[in-house]
Amino acid sequence: MSEWLQLPFVQNALLGGLLAGILCGIMGTYVVANRIAYLAGGIAHAAYGGVGLALFFGLSPLLGVLGFTLAGALIMGWLYLRERHRADTAIGVLWAFGMAVGVLFTDLTPGYNVDLMSYLFGSILAISRGSLAAMAALIVAIGLFVICFYRDLAAVSYDDEFARARGIPVTALQLLLIVSVALSVVVLIRVVGLILVIALLTIAPYMAEKRCRSLASMMVMSSLLNCLFAVVGLGLSIRFNVTSGPAIICVASLAYFAFMGWLALRRRA
Amino acid sequence: MKREPTREVASLSGVTFAYNGHQVLEGVDLDLEERDFAAIIGPNGGGKTTLMKILLGLLRPQRGQVLLFGEPPQRTAHRVGYVPQDIHANKHFPISALDVVLMGLLRPGRLFRRYSRDDHRAAEEALDQMEMWPERHKRMEELSGGQRQRVFIARALVSNPQALFLDEPTASVDAMGQTDLYSHLKRLNERITILVVTHDLMVLSSYVKSVICVNRSLIHHHAPEVTPDMLRLGYRCPVELLGHGHLPHRVLPCHGGPCCE
Repeated sequence: MSEWLQLPFVQNALLGGLLAGILCGIMGTYVVANRIAYLAGGIAHAAYGGVGLALFFGLSPLLGVLGFTLAGALIMGWLYLRERHRADTAIGVLWAFGMAVGVLFTDLTPGYNVDLMSYLFGSILAISRGSLAAMAALIVAIGLFVICFYRDLAAVSYDDEFARARGIPVTALQLLLIVSVALSVVVLIRVVGLILVIALLTIAPYMAEKRCRSLASMMVMSSLLNCLFAVVGLGLSIRFNVTSGPAIICVASLAYFAFMGWLALRRRA
Repeated sequence: MKREPTREVASLSGVTFAYNGHQVLEGVDLDLEERDFAAIIGPNGGGKTTLMKILLGLLRPQRGQVLLFGEPPQRTAHRVGYVPQDIHANKHFPISALDVVLMGLLRPGRLFRRYSRDDHRAAEEALDQMEMWPERHKRMEELSGGQRQRVFIARALVSNPQALFLDEPTASVDAMGQTDLYSHLKRLNERITILVVTHDLMVLSSYVKSVICVNRSLIHHHAPEVTPDMLRLGYRCPVELLGHGHLPHRVLPCHGGPCCE
């Protein structure tokens, strides 16, 4: 194992996994605490539409994904905020539409065959320095946002009705949260793939939520768990020469099942 | 003891509100006076919560005037402690009772602000009033329905409000917790005005000073009783209502006055 760690691409992959884990630990805390995992899934899948469009129109993939994802996120976010209990169908439609658009435009692009799998599960072993820098920059930006508005975001996430009565700009903060999720998706989709983004956004935060007493501690615990999943998953994928994204997801999911089993046993005892 | 003149906490005149084209309130008037303990009753979908949200400035009526402490509610809503229906709060949210109460001190436009020592003292006082200080470090999930409501009331009290507006505070509280909650409210009513949306007609005679019956239109009855007019307005079938609460000895016959004509 140690000779693997000498290789630059393994080091980059590890760093990428840790950064992705931290970013998703922070954003996932809000996703889970606000019960918007489905919305986050919709955003992540709609992002694929941007990939296809960018290819077809010869734009830079980053710009295409950024534009399409932000537009999708704002539409879905607006629908969600307007009618929370009825938005799931519309989100489901946009979820499917985004994926379909992505595939169709990729088909229509002459001579280009993008690998769908690489957007679903990422290619963390081929991560570039630029992607690492983008992730680090986004962690700093979102970190500042969270520190500035920590109490307001907590109030909005916990009880938006009360926050509104206190004069907190609830809708603006909710949209900013959704935009932050979208930006995280854009940065992470190339690296770890949209399926892994959803896994990192939901599994660890869900486990952490059961034990924590504040959003801050939930972010720390989710980030640590995510980093653990990433490192163990990467190690296993290198050791057994399998795709790393699914390996990380399997590690996280198995930990989740074990945790739920443990909770059930404890409740019975 | 000098009795101070009664002042108006909130007033509505000619307020009409429609939600997605569906008329909820129609030309409604209301005067809520200081130190009142008013219960808003009425059928589901009759506009009880809407009425409270309009008074708080959370919803804007299509027509009519709303005043809270003599000014537009958007300017004065912070002087009211609000206890929304608890369905809005995510039950499994990782937060302690103390942090929920501190939330009541939030004000717009203050970044980076940490809660001060004064804030913590105010939170302690509010939790103490509701006898919840010993439970301050518990997760909200670990508290009973009644205890949770007491924390929500403490959160509303922490900003030292002049009125307390509660939306169905006893919806998920067992019978003992309900009695307990209302006796806390009765004690608070010695200092502040209380407006409560409730389904629970049991509370009417023992705690409440006036009854506001809402079903598109509104009757404010300045006594703790349900009049036949209210029954006609509020419930299509009074018998159904009689079957629920301990109503028979609380429904008083028509005795004249503005709402019993």
